[in-house]
Amino acid sequence: MLKDQDRIFTNLYGMHERTLAGAKARGHWDGTAGIIEKGRDWIIQTMKDSGLRGRGGAGFPTGLKWSFMPKESDGRPSYLVINADESEPGTCKDREIMRHDPHTLIEGALIASFAMQAHTCYIYLRGEYIREREALQAAIDECYDKGLLGKNAAGSGWDFDLFLHHGAGAYICGEETALLESLEGKKGMPRMKPPFPAGAGLYGCPTTVNNVESIAVVPTILRRGAEWFAGFGRPNNAGTKLFAISGHVNNPCVVEEAMSISFEELIEKHCGGIRGGWDNLLAVIPGGSSVPCVRGEKMKDAIMDFDYLRGELGSGLGTAAVIVMDKQTDIIKAIWRLSSFYKHESCGQCTPCREGTGWMMRVMDRLVKGEAELEEIDMLWDVTKQVEGHTICALGDAAAWPIQGLIRNFREEIEDRIKAQKSGRMGAMAAE
Amino acid sequence: MLRRLHPEQPDSFAFTPANQAWAEAQMTKYPEGRQASAVIPILWRAQEQEGWVTKPALEYIADMLGMAYIRVLEVASFYFMFQLQPTGSVAHIQICGTTSCMICGAEDLIAVCKEKISPKAHTLSADGKFSWEEVECLGSCTNAPMAQIGKDYFEDLTAASFTKLLDDLAAGKAVVPGPMNGRYAAEPKSGLTSLTEYEAGKPQYNASAELATTIGDSVKRIQGDEVPLLTPWIGKDGVVAGRAAAAPTPAAPPQPKPAVKQAAEAKAKAETKPAPAKKSAAAEPAQPEAAAAAVTEEQEPELLTAARDGQPDDLKLLKGVGPKLEGMLNELGFYHFDQIAKWTEAEVAWVDNRLTFKGRIERDGWIEQAKQLAAGEETEFAKTAKKDGRYDDK
Repeated sequence: MLKDQDRIFTNLYGMHERTLAGAKARGHWDGTAGIIEKGRDWIIQTMKDSGLRGRGGAGFPTGLKWSFMPKESDGRPSYLVINADESEPGTCKDREIMRHDPHTLIEGALIASFAMQAHTCYIYLRGEYIREREALQAAIDECYDKGLLGKNAAGSGWDFDLFLHHGAGAYICGEETALLESLEGKKGMPRMKPPFPAGAGLYGCPTTVNNVESIAVVPTILRRGAEWFAGFGRPNNAGTKLFAISGHVNNPCVVEEAMSISFEELIEKHCGGIRGGWDNLLAVIPGGSSVPCVRGEKMKDAIMDFDYLRGELGSGLGTAAVIVMDKQTDIIKAIWRLSSFYKHESCGQCTPCREGTGWMMRVMDRLVKGEAELEEIDMLWDVTKQVEGHTICALGDAAAWPIQGLIRNFREEIEDRIKAQKSGRMGAMAAE
Repeated sequence: MLRRLHPEQPDSFAFTPANQAWAEAQMTKYPEGRQASAVIPILWRAQEQEGWVTKPALEYIADMLGMAYIRVLEVASFYFMFQLQPTGSVAHIQICGTTSCMICGAEDLIAVCKEKISPKAHTLSADGKFSWEEVECLGSCTNAPMAQIGKDYFEDLTAASFTKLLDDLAAGKAVVPGPMNGRYAAEPKSGLTSLTEYEAGKPQYNASAELATTIGDSVKRIQGDEVPLLTPWIGKDGVVAGRAAAAPTPAAPPQPKPAVKQAAEAKAKAETKPAPAKKSAAAEPAQPEAAAAAVTEEQEPELLTAARDGQPDDLKLLKGVGPKLEGMLNELGFYHFDQIAKWTEAEVAWVDNRLTFKGRIERDGWIEQAKQLAAGEETEFAKTAKKDGRYDDK
């Protein structure tokens, strides 16, 4: 288990002082100007060496992403935009950073902005997080007051402004180009890529969009060294990570752990085990609603990192939002609820997604009741395949994968329910 | 999902002075020419003040940000946090119903809402105090099931604790948000498994609940003076340092204007601005009207302070004049068809410059209509307007 002294988010539960003084006592804002003095190239190289992969779901290497930004301005300013539109069902980790440990994020924003020559950073916060917005803004105000932001920020010689902006309840704004559209005051509809944001992003200027956790871990990595961070987890899956475990465990919680921890250890150490014991485990969605679910018996020995979950289990780490479902769960209904979510949140721009999410939800609706034909399972599979990969952004894929995961792992349950509905009795129950 | 403006709308909207100052301060967060970026936060503040987003508020904010009304309507209808219908006077309850909450009992909470508030979402309870809806994931999954009420998250709910919460709110009692089962924040309920060092000296509430209790504005309509307005990014020298240090952000490309607006503007230009000094032989004969209009000086027509014998004509019988314009005309001093029938070109220019709908007098042919009506004749429009009673009081 990760030791407390190796944890980056030392005030995750807000039990210590949340003020600047408290943050400094925990080691934040220590020698920030010195880090910036080492220069842009050193910062980006250290980030690359640390092996940090983006914490927003896709797992793209953060240092590499930063290196895409232009080294010299062509007359346009550069922007850093921090994606705090945490809306993926199951995910509630960034909220804890912003309300309880906001200075990790603010310091990270300064250093990251300097590394990509940005004088301005916007944090795009989801609209529902009203108290989190107030807590974060209070921390920003305090930093301005103490000279850590603004002109000559933290004595580094770099002029830097950090603005808090918020949305109004659209999941799609977590997609980086939809987020930029929304930040420009429009409907959050994703843009075609290319051009990528590093070429033309916010207001047509070079922009990098990073997740809150990706930015908030930066100062600690730079202070303690790339080797320290890379020392946790398996190769290519380095570092520590916030896990948010919800659903049918005895003690749901958000906790920082080393990457590549086993699922069993994560649940036993922090969550008090599965409700009703390990034999009662039905299924797990290991990375937020967009990744396929995995059968419980395969999960017990699973390693919680990007490569294992994708390579061995056909799922993904995503945002490390682990949704645990025990055998009392109606798994078909649980996935139907996700279909309903994606239908609600489709921005309506691309036809396969706008129409497909509705079709998928309606078929799922009938599968929940069992009022369907067996062939419709394959038909639904086909529909998911026609939505997947045929849209501007990944919301279409995200809507398709949970259903594919359900059919792949729980086909028997779906068939049983259809048969039971037809014959008027529970087929599987007859033997008991 | 189809979202439309509510059929019943208030007459007007204005921010409280403190909210107005707040809204103007938000606009300084964005570079010059990019003030439209502030639309979501400012719409949100309008909703916090009024309880929902009204059509006058949309128009007010569009004018404030220099945006077309339709662009603001698009934003308001796209984002689900904007309530386009009146909400409960005490609180609007939002139950998270997505998978993590659903499997932990959100359906029980929804059942409570249906029973205690209204069987249908987005409708007011019988006493008008509450309304509710099921929303998508609110991002508090380890504290499932939960509800957002006003500005706050009430977490780790059960049907019983939620029912009590609603009763307390209805009775006007102060409620403390956060986990309802004794947890502090998002830590394991049975006790800390990490970060045990600070547990002993922890503050009474987690950050969210602490803000809620100190500001005390959970379900309050926001006036803007609850917390002091801070704009630390504007330095003591009045300069936004980061913006000054960087190259200027390119301005937004000009938005195409709708044809009606273009026509009106072209007309207003032709009527008020003198013709360019440089003479073009070819162009001049082509625009005799414009040239003539350009030299027309305005002249004040004969005005009345009140209708003769207290019997004003129904100016709404002129095609193009509705109740609003009739009011404006009355205010200027016009009550009778014969007054309008007598207007000269210079007088039309005078009136035109005082109405908000430029060019309308000429376009709709008011003078000709007024001549007919003053002589006791009927116009086609007046006939139908009288027949369908479109301006009768409801």
